[in-house]
Amino acid sequence: MLEARDLSKSFGAIKAVRGVSFSARDGQITGLLGPNGAGKSTTLRMLYTVLKPDAGDAFIDGRSVRDEPLAARRALGVLSHGAGVYNHLTARENIAYFGELHGMSRSDRAARATELVELLEMQPFADRLAKGFSQGQRLKTALARALVHRPRNLLLDEPTNGLDVMAVRGLRKLLVQLREAGHCILFSSHVMQEVDQLCDEVVVIAGGQVVAAGALADIRARTGNRQLEDAFVSLTGGKSEGDPS
Amino acid sequence: MNLRGIWAVFRKEFRENLRDRRTLLSALVFGPVLGPVLLAAMMQFSISHGVTQLDENLTVSVAHAERAPNLLAYLNARGIDVVKVDFDEAAARRAVAEQTHKIILEIPEDFGARLQEGQPAPVILYSDSSRAFEQRAVARVRGLVAQYGIEIAQLRFLARGIDPISVLPISVQEVDVSTATGRSVLVLSMMTYLVLLSMLFGGLYLAIDATAGERERGSLEVLLTSPVPREHLMYGKIAAAAAYMLISLVLTVTMFSIAISFVGLERFGATANLGPRAALTMIGCCAPLITFGAAYLSIVAGFAKSYREAQTYLGLVITIPTLPLMFAGLLGLQAKALYMFVPFLSQHLLLTTVVRAEEINPLYVAISVISTLFYGLVLTWIAGRLYRREGLLG
Repeated sequence: MLEARDLSKSFGAIKAVRGVSFSARDGQITGLLGPNGAGKSTTLRMLYTVLKPDAGDAFIDGRSVRDEPLAARRALGVLSHGAGVYNHLTARENIAYFGELHGMSRSDRAARATELVELLEMQPFADRLAKGFSQGQRLKTALARALVHRPRNLLLDEPTNGLDVMAVRGLRKLLVQLREAGHCILFSSHVMQEVDQLCDEVVVIAGGQVVAAGALADIRARTGNRQLEDAFVSLTGGKSEGDPS
Repeated sequence: MNLRGIWAVFRKEFRENLRDRRTLLSALVFGPVLGPVLLAAMMQFSISHGVTQLDENLTVSVAHAERAPNLLAYLNARGIDVVKVDFDEAAARRAVAEQTHKIILEIPEDFGARLQEGQPAPVILYSDSSRAFEQRAVARVRGLVAQYGIEIAQLRFLARGIDPISVLPISVQEVDVSTATGRSVLVLSMMTYLVLLSMLFGGLYLAIDATAGERERGSLEVLLTSPVPREHLMYGKIAAAAAYMLISLVLTVTMFSIAISFVGLERFGATANLGPRAALTMIGCCAPLITFGAAYLSIVAGFAKSYREAQTYLGLVITIPTLPLMFAGLLGLQAKALYMFVPFLSQHLLLTTVVRAEEINPLYVAISVISTLFYGLVLTWIAGRLYRREGLLG
């Protein structure tokens, strides 16, 4: 369960996020949708405690990211933008390292790494150095790393960027699996179809503010658009602060 | 305080960099091998060169030797081997320029006649003053020829009933105390510089990789979401850089110790002190610097946005701590309690003392160790604070 309450963040004169509030429930996939530069990443980064909100607060399973960041982090799995992995470690070592940082015992993290390697079908490359990994292999490694401590909540920042069709499908399948297992999943995206296919709930952000939130059907009904894309354009005023990449 | 996070980061950085060729080369090869080998070669050259000039006969080519048999006999008796050549002025110039003959002494045609008439008799000495190594040989020939002239003058005074001593009112006696031993100690003082630099280089790439590199790869963000206090992440990284510096330091000093023993200083009566005991003392004196160096490099690399940027900064920054050594060399600083508060300078002075096999002052060692460790811990703390900043993420 994730809850953002009136989050605000500025970088110098730029107000990146202005009073964002929403919640993401367990057993659901929530999409954070918005054009480039809308404040999606900044919002996520405040949720996963890398940035401190200027105002407002966020709660991960009831833990404040301001007051108890370490406790909040324990309840969080994070796939950051770019999914950087350690090139001189194998996939398995990458996973185990984060297990260790989360305080898991040696045997526990080894067992969990094996479990994740099977879950994500990483067997062919699990014991190779990450140096020569493809984007898809990197993403799987980063995902497994995010899941190593069995977090209830999973935050993904534009996870499908740079992935081919097969990898996107694999990711989608996994997210659905995790939802079935009762996890709370929040991911950001600027790709309409993805959100359309996967999400139960959507939070649309534009200009650092929430412009719409709720079930997909509700949003479509509210904007009178049958297609999500049209709804998105009418909600965000058709403005994009950057070129879609 | 739970130190598990520091340990986890330390182990991961240590292992990951063990697989990185760049780190390994800089920690285990460049400093520890190249430095000592280079220095030993320089010392070998310097010593053997000095010996050649002091003891061995000097070969001088002489044009028209038949015009001055007595002068040649005089030179011959004083360690000059004469090679007779038949050059005119142009040929002599060419021969020296081309280095087929290094020093040529030309006896002009009127040498004998002028000498008999009591006129100044010229001789011409060709050499190339841009070749520094021959200057001592040239000076030796010049000195001998002048000495020969003085002896003739003295004979002339005697023949005229004048005491030759009275026309030599001043006698300059030069004492050159530069010996093979002295020169080797001069080179050895360079060694402390190389040891300290090599130590810093040992942790350089790890410090860059663990800070700027991690940020550039995009793994820093996820690392910061682990439930480990941010400053602990930095402490772990500094500890790993320090471990590589320690390895580099131990290897470098060991290699110096071995390399110097091959040079065979004893043959020349030099007593550079680099046995196992001295080597251990040197490592012990430098070890406190490791925390300082690792934290220092990590802080600088932490400000850089990319690996490349960090490399640029550090290439420059790594030389700053060694500046006091330059001053020490230029000003000829001797160990003093006050200097022991200056990191790098205190280690340099202590190391020099050890190499010269002089008595080492325990108070100096204590000041150096404690103050350097203190600075190192302060820098480590600052580095930890740096990792709490959001600007870190760029």
